[in-house]
Amino acid sequence: MNIINPLKYAYLAMEAWFNLAFGSEWNPLYNMGRLAFFFFWIVFISGLYLFIFFDTSLTGAYASVEYITHEQWYIAGIMRSLHRYASDAAVVTIILHMFREFALGRYRGFRWFSWVTGVPALWLVITLGITGYWLVWDELAIYVAMLSSQLIDALPLISGSMSRNFVGEQLSDRFFSLMAFLHFSGQPLFLIFALWLHVKRLSLVKVTAPRGLAIGSFIGLLVLSIISPAVSHGPADASQVTAALELDWFYLNVYPLLGYFTAGQTWLITLGTTLFLMALPWLPAKKTGPAAVVHLEQCNGCEQCAEDCPYDAITVQARTDGAKFEHEVTVNADMCAACGICVGSCPASNPFRQKNEQLVTGIDMPQMPINEIRNTLDKTIADLKGNNKIIVLGCDNSLDYSQFETDSIKVVGLFCIGMMPATLVEYALANGVDGVFVTGCRTGDCYFRYGNIWMDKRFAGTRQPVLRRRAKRSRIKVSRAAITDGTRFQKELIAFQSHIEKLNGDEELAHE
Amino acid sequence: MNKVLRYGLQAFNYALFMAVVWYFSTSPTYHQLEDDQAVITLSFTHATKLSEECRRLTQEELLKLPLNMRAPMDCPRERSPLTFELYLDDKILTSSVVEPLGFHRDQGVNLFQRMVVKAGEYSLRIWLNDDINVDKPTYQYEQKITLKPEQQLLIDFDAATGGFFTK
Repeated sequence: MNIINPLKYAYLAMEAWFNLAFGSEWNPLYNMGRLAFFFFWIVFISGLYLFIFFDTSLTGAYASVEYITHEQWYIAGIMRSLHRYASDAAVVTIILHMFREFALGRYRGFRWFSWVTGVPALWLVITLGITGYWLVWDELAIYVAMLSSQLIDALPLISGSMSRNFVGEQLSDRFFSLMAFLHFSGQPLFLIFALWLHVKRLSLVKVTAPRGLAIGSFIGLLVLSIISPAVSHGPADASQVTAALELDWFYLNVYPLLGYFTAGQTWLITLGTTLFLMALPWLPAKKTGPAAVVHLEQCNGCEQCAEDCPYDAITVQARTDGAKFEHEVTVNADMCAACGICVGSCPASNPFRQKNEQLVTGIDMPQMPINEIRNTLDKTIADLKGNNKIIVLGCDNSLDYSQFETDSIKVVGLFCIGMMPATLVEYALANGVDGVFVTGCRTGDCYFRYGNIWMDKRFAGTRQPVLRRRAKRSRIKVSRAAITDGTRFQKELIAFQSHIEKLNGDEELAHE
Repeated sequence: MNKVLRYGLQAFNYALFMAVVWYFSTSPTYHQLEDDQAVITLSFTHATKLSEECRRLTQEELLKLPLNMRAPMDCPRERSPLTFELYLDDKILTSSVVEPLGFHRDQGVNLFQRMVVKAGEYSLRIWLNDDINVDKPTYQYEQKITLKPEQQLLIDFDAATGGFFTK
């Protein structure tokens, strides 16, 4: 067992707990990145309001923040608290988001880019918070300014001493204005760029939090802002060093290190930790399977695979083979996650086609072509014994379904449940199977992001290629499971088999 | 699950999340100093003396140089290292030899040191040497100081006004 497994089990148990309370759609653990974006929106809007009253001068900053906090506490004060607490909440959600991806092993292989660009994005968020604390120009601000300067002085960047600005009376309005510019414009622009880069590898990116979760989180922040408003320390005084400081540990956690280490050592610790985190996808590396391949002779350019691809690996272009269709698709192998969802999207993956010859679809996975899936299904059906034959169609990233196999229950695994053409279910039923149990990762937690969602929509008839109406839905059951849901899954499977047994009995009676 | 129980669980989880946000946004309190401590900050920039005096080149040396480079004086750019010691009540608090900045060590010296001490009365003594060709201190300073808890005493230096001073 490697180090990730206990974390994975613990995290999945936590997810199950949140599913109980929030359901899969609002489960905050499935929406950490989106929640972080939501908190950034609160920070942005509250920051705009605070900017109206904030005096960006050395002498006026503290007084203006005091006005915001105490004089206009009913709006500006609450806005300040929302600004503070939403910033903190963003860090919590980002850290939980990172922890989740790590615990579930979703940071290696094709996911390396999102992970590597995410780590520095966290630092950008933290430096943005640091300059925010600086602007209050209170005792905490001068502590932050002084120690930040010591860290900068330790770098071979500038020949002068930045730290000297914060002792005696060296600091000017100009320097303070520079910090204000950084906080209001410079750093947010860099952060937006970093976040754009972070999601660049994905398509169909959702950056808005589910409504229920957004409302609940906002109410929580608002209540917190009213109960415990954010306040400043005493005004900054270069002749004083405040002994006790109420640090915001989400943003200012590096500074206490300077009490134990030199600035150079602190850089080594923080940069070393950052580089270690960024190197994690290769410790050890995970190989992504071969990319999907297009068979133009079977592709009619319907573009469904390009619309369904969760990783923006498929592009549509003008036809190159002279066929009567307007478009064709092409796969960018570097972007392809080898999930196989495109195979499930292709109408040509219908297993009823080319029955006595090799089934070739428009887009296929070389390591598990649709023809092989159909052959495997045929063989598995032939191996089934008894009167109530069940086929489990599941994905390889959720539960190990093979443990539930019996003489009358057999499993056919796929890379992702989104890889399954909806017609494969009908095909199984038409070829002697009594019931099809379709499974996959937990709802809202598809390993390849959209496999579950597309499958649900295909079954509901709202996304092509659909599960036809004539499919015997009473003989189809959809149930999702994670690695920790084995007991529940087994119960549902047994109950489904009993249900099929009853259906078979009823049908026999009807025939008689 | 019962709707009321479900909303109750949601409220509990929101409260837990907000409690974590609230607590770590100001707690635990960080003590950078004990209540009876003060800080002495030694901070200044100073261009130390050149390590070698200018020298007039001999005629032979000049002739060896290209025509466009025959300046009569050779003035090395390198400056002296700065050596200093700071004492409180005759006990050494800090000392160092600081090299000038720059690839050619031709820029000034930047010094910034913070020292945490107990508040109280002290006899402060500090000397520095900024000339490698002189064996004794080139600047000295002595003063009685009283440090209050949480006070920051700045020791600065300006050669033009006679050397060290405190703020």
